[in-house]
Amino acid sequence: MLERLWPSRRIPLAWLLLSRQPGRLAVALAGIAFAGILMFLQLGFRDGLFDASVTIHKLFDADLVLLSPRTMSSIAMAGFPRRRLVQVMGDPDVVGTTPVHWNFLLWRNPQTRTTRSILALGFEPSDPLFTDPALAPKAQVLSQQGRVLFDELSRPEFGPIAQWYRQGRTIDTEVAGKRVRVAGLVSLGPSFGADGNLLTSRETYLSLLPNTPPGSIELGLIRLRPGADSAAVAKRLKQKLPGDVAIFSKQGFVEFEKNYWRSSTAIGFIFSLGAAMGFVVGCVIVYQILHSDVSDHLPEYATLMAMGHPLPRLLGVVAREGLLLALFGYVPAWLAGQALYYLVRTGTKLPVVMDGPRALLVFAMVLIMCLGSALMAMRKLGDADPAEIF
Amino acid sequence: MTAAVAPILPGSGIAAAPTLAVQDLCHWYGSGANRRQVLDRVSLTIRPGEVVLLTGPSGCGKTTLLTLVGALRQVMEGSVRLFDEELNGASRATRQRLRCSIGMIFQGHNLLRCLTAEQNVQMGADLLPGLGYRARRDCSREWLRKVGLGDQLDKLPHDLSGGQKQRVAIARALAAEPRLLLADEPTAALDSRTGREVVELLRGLARGQGCSVLMVTHDPRILDVADRLVRMEDGRLSEGLFQDPGPTGSVG
Repeated sequence: MLERLWPSRRIPLAWLLLSRQPGRLAVALAGIAFAGILMFLQLGFRDGLFDASVTIHKLFDADLVLLSPRTMSSIAMAGFPRRRLVQVMGDPDVVGTTPVHWNFLLWRNPQTRTTRSILALGFEPSDPLFTDPALAPKAQVLSQQGRVLFDELSRPEFGPIAQWYRQGRTIDTEVAGKRVRVAGLVSLGPSFGADGNLLTSRETYLSLLPNTPPGSIELGLIRLRPGADSAAVAKRLKQKLPGDVAIFSKQGFVEFEKNYWRSSTAIGFIFSLGAAMGFVVGCVIVYQILHSDVSDHLPEYATLMAMGHPLPRLLGVVAREGLLLALFGYVPAWLAGQALYYLVRTGTKLPVVMDGPRALLVFAMVLIMCLGSALMAMRKLGDADPAEIF
Repeated sequence: MTAAVAPILPGSGIAAAPTLAVQDLCHWYGSGANRRQVLDRVSLTIRPGEVVLLTGPSGCGKTTLLTLVGALRQVMEGSVRLFDEELNGASRATRQRLRCSIGMIFQGHNLLRCLTAEQNVQMGADLLPGLGYRARRDCSREWLRKVGLGDQLDKLPHDLSGGQKQRVAIARALAAEPRLLLADEPTAALDSRTGREVVELLRGLARGQGCSVLMVTHDPRILDVADRLVRMEDGRLSEGLFQDPGPTGSVG
């Protein structure tokens, strides 16, 4: 029995104050849930964007990466001389390199005939590009001029390529105004920067972009001997190579890209601000609810004080009201968050999932929001003068 | 000392220390030029079990006296000894502790709107130390039964009549087992018959507990329930005429 386990139990005043005014409770919970949903959505977008911006980056088969120092991000890759990769091969720890061309080209949707920008990577089909071994056999077909591999996870605006390909249709379309044929599918995933991806051979790439300066590439992949100290090699290469290349570890390359979106664009700030707005809106709503609740019940609180109930016990009632609002408001916010993440995933193909840290973060924010507002509302309780009630 | 000014009650004998002993109590409102004296050297003693009625025109300081005696307001000048503890200079915590032993009944019922009758009474019973939840709940039910509302336990104040609400308030005040009950015009919002019933119930239950009662009232029809009448005018007290021969005569 509850009575036996918890003999010092008192009337659950906080719960009764809330539940006996269902209209006000519903408004409060809707407000808190709304604030929670806003935070979930904004933080989800933000983290999803940062994760999505490096979908491709994570796939490369490389220990070290060469970029042009003028490169700021994957959507604006500058070129550097391909010779640098040959120079890198001189290091005893380097076992292989892959030069990669990287640019955005216009893809014509073969169904609607409209064009759209797609990320094209050009590489030597015999060189390793991704860690995924499934690519190598598919890459064989690229040695034929005018063949491309299409990313089946690309946004649907590029046309029903994957579907047609599986049906066995021959898909001819235009990239950068030149005729190409889809010779296979790969599974990479879109990012905020690129709605879709295609892979092609260096030769085809150069024919699509004839103005590419000779011997210029955008990305150099470097593979090291197993057991080599990549930091030491990077340091050594940095000393040896001239200033027209920048060297990164693979993780550094991923962080470099994320950092671009986080700091060099307004996007990270906008979504963080959006989440902060949700927090502030929630605070205002909860404070308003609790403040008017305390104001409405001020004579009753004063009566309880006159009866001899100590002030801290009454402050505890307000705090528990805040706690209950946080708990009850978070549940619908979490459920709606799951549903919205599902919609975002299917609608944008961005990797937005309800992960533990974010669920906890939002819960902590909701808790701070409700308890902080309760703390503010408690000041009003100080106005309750038991001498005024006679 | 205080006992010297206390009137000797017929039949009360030499009882224990008085529940309440007020001596030369003065109180002012406002400050500077607006300072206005509301209590002027008030002295009053209430013995255990005594029912004292306080009358007087409105604005004469009756309510101020109640709030001072009820440890709701800081004493400015003079002495208020409540259960043998001095209130003048008492800390907030001391006053709050003493208030647990004072039952209060207000003009309005001041029940918590969101609580049922039983829960309201339990807010009083919750002040009792060392009692388990069930004991306190049973105590609340018992008190509601004593005020004749044993079948209205789960009603919200909203669904009760004025007299019923005031009875719940009485049950709530008495459930905390007070030694002194302060009532400020408890019949003001009630019709004469209900008022009479409520007051008699109040007196009977307080007597049964050995609880003293100090009641402010304007209602001339209930003066006879008192052991003693005190009249206040312009902040001064005058001992009223005895309405009745003695406490034994007024019972029943």
